Amino acid sequence: MSTILETGRGRGEPPAPPPPPPPSQPPSGALRRSADWARRAPLLPALVFTIIVTQLPFVVTLIVSFMDWNAYYPDERGFAGLSNYASVLTDVNMRRAIWVTVVLTVVVVLVSLLLGMGIALLLDRKFAGRGVVRTMMITPFLIVPVAAALLWKHALFNPEYGLLNGTLTWVWSLFGSDNPPQPDWISQAPLISVEIALIWQWTPFMMLILLAGLQSRPLDVIEAARIDGASSWQIFRYMTFPHLRRYLELGGLLGSIYIVQNFDAVFTITSGGLGTANLPYVIYQTFYQAHDYGRASAAGVVVVIATIAIATLALRTVSTLFQEENAR
Amino acid sequence: MSSLTDVGPVAATRTDSGEERAPRKPRSGALLGVAAWLIGFLFVVPVLWMILTSFHSEEDAATNPPSLAAPLTLSGYKEFFGVGTGANPWPSLANSLTASVVSTVIVLLLAIPAAYALSIKPVRKWTDVMFFFLSTRMLPIVAGLLPIYLFAQWSGLLDNIWLLIVLYTAMNLPIAVWMMRSFLAEVPVEILEAASMDGAGLIRTLRQVVAPIVLPGMAATSLICFIFSWNELLLARTLTGTRAGTAPVYLTGFVTSQGLFLAQVCAAAFAVSLPVLIAGFAAQDKLVQGLSLGAVK
Repeated sequence: MSTILETGRGRGEPPAPPPPPPPSQPPSGALRRSADWARRAPLLPALVFTIIVTQLPFVVTLIVSFMDWNAYYPDERGFAGLSNYASVLTDVNMRRAIWVTVVLTVVVVLVSLLLGMGIALLLDRKFAGRGVVRTMMITPFLIVPVAAALLWKHALFNPEYGLLNGTLTWVWSLFGSDNPPQPDWISQAPLISVEIALIWQWTPFMMLILLAGLQSRPLDVIEAARIDGASSWQIFRYMTFPHLRRYLELGGLLGSIYIVQNFDAVFTITSGGLGTANLPYVIYQTFYQAHDYGRASAAGVVVVIATIAIATLALRTVSTLFQEENAR
Repeated sequence: MSSLTDVGPVAATRTDSGEERAPRKPRSGALLGVAAWLIGFLFVVPVLWMILTSFHSEEDAATNPPSLAAPLTLSGYKEFFGVGTGANPWPSLANSLTASVVSTVIVLLLAIPAAYALSIKPVRKWTDVMFFFLSTRMLPIVAGLLPIYLFAQWSGLLDNIWLLIVLYTAMNLPIAVWMMRSFLAEVPVEILEAASMDGAGLIRTLRQVVAPIVLPGMAATSLICFIFSWNELLLARTLTGTRAGTAPVYLTGFVTSQGLFLAQVCAAAFAVSLPVLIAGFAAQDKLVQGLSLGAVK
């Protein structure tokens, strides 16, 4: 199966309907209930574990977000109402962090999606060494994020001997100039530097998802259109693109969920300085260094709300793909 | 999709249409091939540069323009691994390995029964359960950080590798459930039911029918969980210190404590990334599925 979310159980058969068929003659309530529990039993450890480890902390965060709680002033703990939220939404640094998070996410996701789509279209064609190029393309995603951030910061962006300025020197010297531009990338364009490093890592992710999308196109229909004289552009515009739309949405939404949370690149490349602190970084600082638990929690709730908005859309997209496969 | 697209590994697909296209426009086809090579090269250059620099001496690493043909040396690696510098990355590497491997094992132990209850003998409303798991992966970790930290402080689990193991398990469980469910869904249920009637048949069926379908999926799932755990920084940075610090945490402290040594930084970055590169290339064909939380196959 090269398509999405296979849900049917037997390969050649119509997929089974989602809910399990209840016993045709329920013998008795007690028996059926115990059969239900037998079905549920294997699921319970994972479910209980997930609820405890992932849901409880958020409940606590929600409670703390309405409290005055700074570890430096343990005596002043108490109910704070909405004041933490007010300070999160009015504080200059917090507002800046919200803005940076939005810009960072939108720029990185859009640019990697566009690049990823272009590269996926190139890789969808047959040419010599396609497998090698695909492997080369995946490599950036397989560098540990902290290591990738260190690599960009020190080996590529460094103004004195980074590869970028080194290449500029080399290219300029080819034309006989000994006065090449040597920008200090990170201090002159801090946010763009972080974005470039992230785009480099996330384009392969988008490319992989879109390539999977391209390769699940119904080839027979496209071949028929070609024989009927449709141009490459028409095929792309009216057949490939509509088919890819779902995959574009999925890549964009999943990418947004990951990049809204990004901490590694901001932490490593700029340490949140030069106006690049995003919400996760500011929350980390508020709680880890300033020990202002109430405000950190309120900011955390703001991130959760923003994420829920994206996640709802993401879940809807996944769900559509899921049902399409079911209906087939 | 029809069975036409049912072609397995990505790299081997769609050769026929490409071949038909090629004779029609040979020149533009070749040009696009060259373009793909160029772009692929551009994306891999930073990694190649990192590897090359890691084998250079510090003097050759910090030149402008870059000295590509400088003599190779292992001094960057020697310094990173503490020969003559007193640095010791081994505990952090061991912590990363422990956290990644142990959490992956627990993830599989929890995810396989769950996936069974979501595919072969599905519970009522199993799709709701699936989407609940997925939604937990979408909540930002940073928002749960404070309660986890306070709990760790209160229970004495701060700077304890088991705390990370539990958290990484929770982080990877949704992916594993989604992936394992999609693999188990391929198991023909009728054969399984028929085999469970007589005990001897069951073991043979498990070995001959179930294992070939499920084992590759399990391998891919483990590799992807391993990568996510190995990469994680925020939780490790906040919840561990000198004893349970992982390799990414070591990397963040490494530059500030050692001053800047480019060859050494590159050696460190490459050494820490190597397990992920190996796991990623091994799981290449299933990578999309894992990264998209099982949504794309």
